[in-house]
Amino acid sequence: MGFLPTFGPAELLSQLIVGLSRAMILFVVCAGLSFVLGVLRVPNIAHGSLYMIGAFATYSFSKSLTGSAGFWLALLLAPLVVALISLVAERALFRHLYQREHLMLLLFTFALALILGDLVKIFWGAEYRSVAAPDLLKGSISMLGSSFPRYNLFLIFIGLLVAIALWLFVNKTKIGKISRAAAVDRDMVGLLGINVSWVFAGAFVIGCCLAGLGGALVAPTVSITLGMDHTLIIEAFLIVTIGGLGNMWGALVGSLIFGVTQSLGVLFFPQFAIVFPYAAVVIVLLLRPKGLLKSVW
Amino acid sequence: MFRRIIHAKWPGFTIALFIILLLLPPLVPRFFIYILGLIYVTSLLAMSLNLVVGHGGMFQFHHAVFYGVGAYTIALLLTKTSWPMWVGFIAGPILAALVGLLIGWFCVRLTRLYFGMLQISLGSLIWAIVFRWYKFTGGDDGIHGVPMPGFLSSLNSSYYFILIILAGSLILLYLILKSPFGSTLQAIRDNPQRCEAVGINVKRHQLRAIVVATFFAGIAGVLFVVLERSVFPDLLFWVLSLEIFIMCLLGGWFTFAGPILGAAITVALRIFVGKYTEYWTLILGIILILLIFFLPEGVMGYFVGAFKTRTKKVAERGNP
Repeated sequence: MGFLPTFGPAELLSQLIVGLSRAMILFVVCAGLSFVLGVLRVPNIAHGSLYMIGAFATYSFSKSLTGSAGFWLALLLAPLVVALISLVAERALFRHLYQREHLMLLLFTFALALILGDLVKIFWGAEYRSVAAPDLLKGSISMLGSSFPRYNLFLIFIGLLVAIALWLFVNKTKIGKISRAAAVDRDMVGLLGINVSWVFAGAFVIGCCLAGLGGALVAPTVSITLGMDHTLIIEAFLIVTIGGLGNMWGALVGSLIFGVTQSLGVLFFPQFAIVFPYAAVVIVLLLRPKGLLKSVW
Repeated sequence: MFRRIIHAKWPGFTIALFIILLLLPPLVPRFFIYILGLIYVTSLLAMSLNLVVGHGGMFQFHHAVFYGVGAYTIALLLTKTSWPMWVGFIAGPILAALVGLLIGWFCVRLTRLYFGMLQISLGSLIWAIVFRWYKFTGGDDGIHGVPMPGFLSSLNSSYYFILIILAGSLILLYLILKSPFGSTLQAIRDNPQRCEAVGINVKRHQLRAIVVATFFAGIAGVLFVVLERSVFPDLLFWVLSLEIFIMCLLGGWFTFAGPILGAAITVALRIFVGKYTEYWTLILGIILILLIFFLPEGVMGYFVGAFKTRTKKVAERGNP
């Protein structure tokens, strides 16, 4: 195997951690997208823009609230800002369009993404921004003979937390159960005397909130800039499709495939690492066109 | 065949418009000639997409890839090889159609949204390779200063070339749509199960439509290089694909010339609004939302619909 670059288990392990942490950010965003797809049947392209807004909001909050508490507060406030924006968008625009066909919805959300992208440009400008991780999460931990950045481990922890919280929400709370029922049969739920319109609004806001949280989480690891929405949303849609539309665990599986293939691809072909996830998606779609796990569509 | 062209709607209007556009270059400033050229190239791209989306009913989500393949093929052949220049002009559309055949061959196995998603992933694969292969494609810088044959040296001669190729392509597209193949394609769009039942090979027809559409997208890519003399990876990015999709919607999916109108509106909007403010996508987004709410058939579709109801009313009045 002379053509393969040499790397030891330590490099493999640290790349795996990088891949897992990337996968967790993708999962947080994709879980939201998948939830909206499952309950509302809306393929929301503006989800990527909300993620970008989450990242920019984190920048602004952690800059104005200096000190170690800045980032933690931003982590709470940025998703709330995104939730507010999505609530306004849902009440003003989305709720009139649920009956339209999917293609129309796709174009509508793309139009919204164009508008939100330009609004971000108006508010924050086109410069690159960066957010510093809080002191607690700086540096790295040495384990098993190699060192792992603390922030990556934190991301993996948060990703698991979000997965558990979402599972509890969807399966164990009344609102979660109603939203699942509304996904299957909207009219029947309405007949039971439940205000479906507000259930949809709530589900939409929760889904978008996750986009904001994803943006807040990614902020310290990348340079925040315009256009980060475009690269993310296409990845998110592919992940949601290979996982099974509307299936939250599918989003987790898809994110893991996407994140890990890219980070391990770096070990083999650093230059073409971004090609690997797309190749993985093509293979999955050819073998299982409707996604790995059961789709709710 | 020629009778079909002559019987096209408003032949006099179309021919007059063509002659006016041919006479324009000496009369208007260079800037407008450039914009018109850009509108022609984008129109051809949108028309080729509409063959599969509007008339074929397929979710062709990543059409820009074929445009980019056509553009990169001619740019690479003219800069990196010393082959005769016409080879590049021929190879662009042909390679685009071959890539279309390959991607389409996979995609027609799936339906609707899954078709679109598979196409996006395959297209993004090609985009990622072009974006990263610095030694061959120039990576994210692209290729600039593509040499052109002598007869295309000035902007005006490029304009004539693009206009004539566009006119030829539109006539071909029109004939394809009015042919039995075109009718079959539209029947498949409206009811695939029934078409299958009466013995039409649905997937093969869809694949043929994709190859034809990608061939014309490749021509549009070549014309883009003729006009701009440069290529860059954004030509293959999915945002462009959705923009062309929007042009078809804006003009009207189910009309023949709608996408041209949509492309003209979008390009003109980008350039003229872009002169006053850098936030032209904001304006485009707002227009699009208004359109989705109030005019879902598109501008052209609206006027054609209004025209039809009027003629119907006139006819009813004539025969009580």
